[in-house]
Amino acid sequence: MTQLPQSTAKKLGLVIDLDTCVGCHACVTSCKGWNTENYGVPLSDDDAYGANPIGTFLNRVHSFEVQPEATGGCGSSAQTVHFPKSCLHCDDAPCVTVCPTGASYKRQEDGIVLVDEDACMGCGLCAWACPYGARELDSDSGVMKKCTLCVDRIYNENLPEEDRQPACVRTCPAGARHFGDFADPESNVSKLVEERGGFELMPEQGTKPVNRYLPPRKKDSWDSANNNVLPLNAISQEPKGFLKWLDSALGKV
Amino acid sequence: MNMKQPQVETSPKVSDEVRKTTCYMCACRCGINVHMKDGKVAYIEGNKDHPVNKGVLCAKGSAGIQQVNSPARLTSPLLRTGPRGSGEFKEISWDEALEKAVELLKPIREDNPAKLAFFTGRDQSQSFTSFFAQNFGTPNYAAHGGFCLVNMAAAGIYTIGGAFWEFGSPDWEHTKLFMLFGVAEDHDSNPIKMGLGKIKKRGAKVIGVNPIRSGYNAIADEWVGITPGTDGLFILALVHELFKAGKIDLDYLANLTNAPVLLNSDEKSPEYGLFLKDDEGKALVIDRKTGKTAAFDQQGIEPDLSGQHEIDGIVHTTVFKKMAEQYLDPEYAPEAIANQCGISAEKIKIIAAELARVAFDEAFELPQPWTDFRGKHHETMVGRPVSFHSMRGISAHSNGFQTCRALHILQIVLGTVEVPGGFRFKPPYPKPVEAHPAPHSKVTPNSPLNGPHLGFVRGPEGLALDDDGKAIRIDKAFTWENPMSSHGMMHMVISNAHAGDPYPIDTLFLYMANMAWNSSMNTSGTIEMLTDKNEDGTYKIPNIIYSDAYSSEMVAYSDLVLPDTTYLERHDCISLLDRPICEADAVADAIRWPVIEPDRNVRGFQSVLLDLGARLQLPGFINEDGSQKYADYGDYIVNHERRPGVGPLAGFRGEKGDSYGRGAVNKEQLNKYIENGGFALEHIAPEAAYYKPWNNAYQEWAVEKGFFDSPQPYIFQIYSETMRKFQLAAEGHGEHQPPEHLREQIKEVFEPMPIWYEPFEEQQVDEDEYPIHALTQRPMAMYHSWGSQNAWLRQIHGMNPLYVPTKLWEKHGFTEGDWAKVSSVHGEITIPVAHMAALNESTVWTWNAIGKRKGAWALDEDAPETTKGFLLNHLIHELLPSKRDGQRWANSDPITGQAAWFDLRVKMERLDAQEQTLPAFDAQKSPVGKG
Amino acid sequence: MHPAPSVIIFTVLTGLGFGFITWLGIGMPEVMGKSAFITYFGAFALSVIGLISSTFHLGNPKNAYKSFSQWRTSWLSREGWLAVATLLVTGLFAFLLIFFDKNLQILGYISSVLAVLTVIATSMIYIQIKAVPRWSHRSVMFYFITVSLAGGAILAGQHKPALVLTILAVIVQIVTWKIGDGRFKESGSTMETATGLGSIGKVRLFESPHTGDNYLLKEMAYVVGRRHANKLRALTLLFMGVIPAVLLLLSNGNTVALVLTAISHLIGAFASRWLFFAEAEHVVGLYYGKR
Ligand SMILES: Nc1nc2c(c(=O)[nH]1)N[C@H]1C(S)=C(S)[C@@H](COP(=O)(O)OP(=O)(O)OC[C@H]3O[C@@H](n4cnc5c(=O)[nH]c(N)nc54)[C@H](O)[C@@H]3O)O[C@H]1N2
Ligand SMILES: Nc1nc2c(c(=O)[nH]1)N[C@H]1C(S)=C(S)[C@@H](COP(=O)(O)OP(=O)(O)OC[C@H]3O[C@@H](n4cnc5c(=O)[nH]c(N)nc54)[C@H](O)[C@@H]3O)O[C@H]1N2
Ligand code: SF4
Ligand code: SF4
Ligand code: SF4
Ligand code: SF4
Ligand code: SF4
Ligand SMILES: [Mo]
Repeated sequence: MTQLPQSTAKKLGLVIDLDTCVGCHACVTSCKGWNTENYGVPLSDDDAYGANPIGTFLNRVHSFEVQPEATGGCGSSAQTVHFPKSCLHCDDAPCVTVCPTGASYKRQEDGIVLVDEDACMGCGLCAWACPYGARELDSDSGVMKKCTLCVDRIYNENLPEEDRQPACVRTCPAGARHFGDFADPESNVSKLVEERGGFELMPEQGTKPVNRYLPPRKKDSWDSANNNVLPLNAISQEPKGFLKWLDSALGKV
Repeated sequence: MNMKQPQVETSPKVSDEVRKTTCYMCACRCGINVHMKDGKVAYIEGNKDHPVNKGVLCAKGSAGIQQVNSPARLTSPLLRTGPRGSGEFKEISWDEALEKAVELLKPIREDNPAKLAFFTGRDQSQSFTSFFAQNFGTPNYAAHGGFCLVNMAAAGIYTIGGAFWEFGSPDWEHTKLFMLFGVAEDHDSNPIKMGLGKIKKRGAKVIGVNPIRSGYNAIADEWVGITPGTDGLFILALVHELFKAGKIDLDYLANLTNAPVLLNSDEKSPEYGLFLKDDEGKALVIDRKTGKTAAFDQQGIEPDLSGQHEIDGIVHTTVFKKMAEQYLDPEYAPEAIANQCGISAEKIKIIAAELARVAFDEAFELPQPWTDFRGKHHETMVGRPVSFHSMRGISAHSNGFQTCRALHILQIVLGTVEVPGGFRFKPPYPKPVEAHPAPHSKVTPNSPLNGPHLGFVRGPEGLALDDDGKAIRIDKAFTWENPMSSHGMMHMVISNAHAGDPYPIDTLFLYMANMAWNSSMNTSGTIEMLTDKNEDGTYKIPNIIYSDAYSSEMVAYSDLVLPDTTYLERHDCISLLDRPICEADAVADAIRWPVIEPDRNVRGFQSVLLDLGARLQLPGFINEDGSQKYADYGDYIVNHERRPGVGPLAGFRGEKGDSYGRGAVNKEQLNKYIENGGFALEHIAPEAAYYKPWNNAYQEWAVEKGFFDSPQPYIFQIYSETMRKFQLAAEGHGEHQPPEHLREQIKEVFEPMPIWYEPFEEQQVDEDEYPIHALTQRPMAMYHSWGSQNAWLRQIHGMNPLYVPTKLWEKHGFTEGDWAKVSSVHGEITIPVAHMAALNESTVWTWNAIGKRKGAWALDEDAPETTKGFLLNHLIHELLPSKRDGQRWANSDPITGQAAWFDLRVKMERLDAQEQTLPAFDAQKSPVGKG
Repeated sequence: MHPAPSVIIFTVLTGLGFGFITWLGIGMPEVMGKSAFITYFGAFALSVIGLISSTFHLGNPKNAYKSFSQWRTSWLSREGWLAVATLLVTGLFAFLLIFFDKNLQILGYISSVLAVLTVIATSMIYIQIKAVPRWSHRSVMFYFITVSLAGGAILAGQHKPALVLTILAVIVQIVTWKIGDGRFKESGSTMETATGLGSIGKVRLFESPHTGDNYLLKEMAYVVGRRHANKLRALTLLFMGVIPAVLLLLSNGNTVALVLTAISHLIGAFASRWLFFAEAEHVVGLYYGKR
């Protein structure tokens, strides 16, 4: 089933706000927790208490530093950006088309890219094909693991309506993760992308990711001389003048 | 073509049952839904109804399941068989363990209760543990606040009647400019993240003042990469700018603070600098309406900021006048301090201008009438949408108390405490110093102490000194060295006990504190002190009893180990008497309850203490016939009463369970809490929601809920008379006099209005030799030492490099993969380094408490935590290098005794990659095997 | 990319086997009966060992049979079909040759074409991975074909074609390296595009998501030192090019020389293939600051 659908009715995915993410890794462990108990086989951890612990995670948070080109003023400080990354549920998902067994597929109804673990032979080719590192071959079970967009939560009738969203979105303390339908221009995610200039990762790879990232807002504008804040005007340089001002000011109170 | 895709079960069953309790992966106390499958914990998620986290969880919270599965969990009471530190134990029964404890403690109580030092670490049942200590009769009790945040806590309480910490929060809904000083994570972890998210959503601005730009500071719109230890200067420069421009909230200062209070201004008077008071001891102000003096809280008056009053030839002028004089001084001008702070004068001025603009030009009013404590009715509540938050970054320096106070002064000058858009208290705060106990330390064999151990001293007469002026407490809290050490000084206990100074003790009883490792300064030295012996072969610290839940480093140094349960296996009480879970709009408390039963021979520590208390026949722990009073901690939570009608839990009181705060014991209370999701909450009426210290409606509500027995309105203490009293003593006045060697220091640092002085370590080490500041930060995904046993979390932080800023990176010729030898005046470590650009150029830092001792935490001996991880603590001493006079001073704030973790100065030397961080210790034997 | 032995053995041996089959199919050399048995046994052995080796790379080999299902999109699936088809057709061709002395040449031609197509399919598995820019180029196909045919020619004892193809393979190899070295840059993927933060400035990794290792790093962030790589490139040229060429030039078809040539080629091919993986950088490395 590794032919990609011509189009999908919905395009479900995430918006991740890089201006708000504090890099707390909450989305990482809640994802790990949910997916260890739910969809497919558990996510394994090898050598969990040993010298080289290595486990499967479907969502990982990187931290980058960005050094703006110095532009006059007091120079520009480096910025830290926390950067969560999971599957982007690409429209032109190369991971799907390379899969020989048909285990990888993109759902017609909502565009979620999934692995049917019962069909996966663990060749790893799809992980090679994904530019984003969104797939990890689980060493215990030998099958490919990836973000399911919590397909077993978002429609789950055993969950209260308000909980039918991905585990990582539900848990994010800063509210930096948003879930919704990008096919609907009125959805929360479409609007956020519109308002904040949401972008794709590595567009040159031609994968047409569904997930979008919101850029950090402009920072450190007070470092440069051409900011528009003026310093305060002094009413007095010394206490005497100040107390005089005070008397007049108090008269008004 | 036929697109047939696999069928996915989109509605699988989630769990058999959900049990709602409170997280304890850290002290934030979020509500959790524990999903159970086949009687086992399957998945933990946030409780959406919970006031603290409203459904979200942090990385640790979601990983709680791995704490319950941890191979490092202790499994049985242990009695040491090998030498201390070896980790050799034999398992014993609970009866044996408790009898052993009785054997140690009973003679102490009969002879001299002070020979027991009982100190507790991370827990939050202080009201209960102190109840035990008080009934035992030892003066030597404290929790970890002394090394943690006492500067912040005490500065807050002495100044505005409540601290940042988790006792208040910005008005996230309304604030438009949020300024964050020295916070990496904080106790209020999730609420701060949620709040930042809210601010960001509105597009409001965040300023982060921190040498390191990570975490919260990474998302700050403006980053102020300040040089460590200089925040006081920076803040006072902001105050200077605001004064100079007259951008200060005169109305607020006049009515709600002690700015109009009259001060004795006669330098020759023995009461110079003290408040002018009426016969009832109330501070006096001048009423602008009458021009006469009046008690500050007199109905209907309008206090004058600029008056002057002469009485018996002594001139009294206002605090405000002194304020203007002090802060208009050019020594605080941005240009004068910019270099020292590492911030441009221009940026300081812009920040001052922005603070003023948002506070005053963007002021708004909530259409909410209220009445103040002077009886004046207000039609609206004025909002100033500037808010601040701060934590250990300014607190954990030896000038931290003054810096924290300075920050409160900045808030006050802008009129932004307890107003809409500003900083708000969470009940039971605000609470003036007067409503807190003073410290007690009178010891009587076989009897309880004369009152609570900890509290807030009001002046020299309240110090815990015996008739010879010697410290009564083993940690020397409340002595001239650290007079206002409101939380005790846990970081001094082991070294004082080892030195037998002020006296030797017999038994050290610790609970939940990894003192042989990450919570000690000078870790290697501490390890030596714990194992050091007298000539006769006995240990210098004769007996150590310890309660931990896991196989920590400290366990190996204990003689008797009382294994606790994990947080999902016991009752806990997150009480209004301790650190509750309140919101600015609501009062709330919570419980933990055994959502699973322990599968090992372990017991909840509080229950063990109830048993032990009864075996020791402590009053409060036994019935009249001497039998045990409370069967277990659950029983205590429900049935114990502090004052009539006031107990550990405020919710569901009264026979029918329908009263909040005050009410009779309700046998069904715990079940009610469980049904309600593990907590109980009561909202504050809108007219009482702001201006709480001065708001009649709030004060009445607080009395009704049992926080106070009578209304306690008060004004903010810009000028601290308590501090002035200590200063006055140092100047030679009064009968309580400091020892000579401390006189000058007290005169200097007890300035009653905030000042800045250079941190002590900086004053004493050669800054050319040790030019670099070294800091630690809390990683969001780890809680101190316990995270490393967690299979998921340790993959995120399995080792820690020292982060080095670009300039130092290049200067030392580092390349990726290099290591370094880092030394302070006190010690030396060998560790991996990494480059970070967004960092103050004279600062290096690392994550806190990742490094582990080999053999601890059931980890492999070659775990990266032990080979590549390290503690900065080896470089930090509890004492400063000796001064000219040969005295060694505590590496603490001279006012509160707060441990000055962040004063550390170091130098570095490049090394090629190494195999093992140093110092490295022999492996301790794991009493629980390997995971 | 992690130079996994199973995959290296797989591509080298099947390449060699199918190259051999290609020559056999067009009757170079013409074999019958016992000699046919020996040669085809050799060709089959190489191909099958290679194919079996590929299954060692699978995490869940019990589902390997499903890999035939996605021939519409997946080159790995196509390769599977083609390999099977090649082996079947070749098997039938050989069967007739060995047991019936019957040369149904049309089958031979088909087998040759299929063999070449299989090698092409193998190369396409790599070429289609855009995320590994070094692989994602036509030249890789020529590289696989020339190495396969050169090796096949040597085994087939086709002295002159072997010489020509060996030289060609070396030229293609050098060209592929040359092109490959610039591919990552040409792909346009950088830490700035990977993170989308380029508009702010230059991006560098501050902290990896985890201090622990992970599958991605093990599998896709293999780094080989420049010096080590250059050494191996030289060895490749020596063993895959220079030694076989010299031997072929000097020997004029004697069997010992051919065996030595084959061994040298094989060593060279293994070195070349090891480099093919080890030098290939996956763009995911950008997220780990690896480049
Ligand atoms: N360099 C440096 N050092 C520091 C700091 C710093 O900033 N820099 N910060 C200091 C501060 S503020 C603090 S508060 C201290 C914290 O240091 P500690 O108070 O030592 O804190 P933890 O590492 O959390 O260790 C507490 C112990 O409690 C145990 N424990 C965990 N859960 C339970 C339980 O349920 N029951 C029982 N009985 N025990 C349990 C753990 O196993 C552990 O052994 O570190 C201090 N040390
Ligand atoms: N995840 C997690 N949460 C925790 C804990 C934990 O271990 N893990 N521990 C809990 C405990 S016990 C405590 S006490 C709290 C502490 O919470 P925080 O106060 O957030 O404590 P630290 O991580 O020590 O952070 C101190 C911050 O101050 C900065 N800093 C240091 N010196 C200066 C200075 O001079 N000026 C300024 N402006 N900044 C400075 C440091 O860079 C750092 O960011 O966290 C609690 N919450
Ligand atoms: S992110 Fe990777 S795994 Fe996910 S759909 Fe895109 S290519 Fe496939
Ligand atoms: S690993 Fe599984 S899902 Fe991925 S390509 Fe191979 S068979 Fe398909
Ligand atoms: S959507 Fe679900 S599976 Fe995907 S990253 Fe979030 S929690 Fe993990
Ligand atoms: S939970 Fe939210 S804030 Fe935390 S790392 Fe994930 S996206 Fe960022
Ligand atoms: S902040 Fe995290 S660890 Fe702390 S109580 Fe909340 S969920 Fe638990
Ligand atoms: Mo702390």
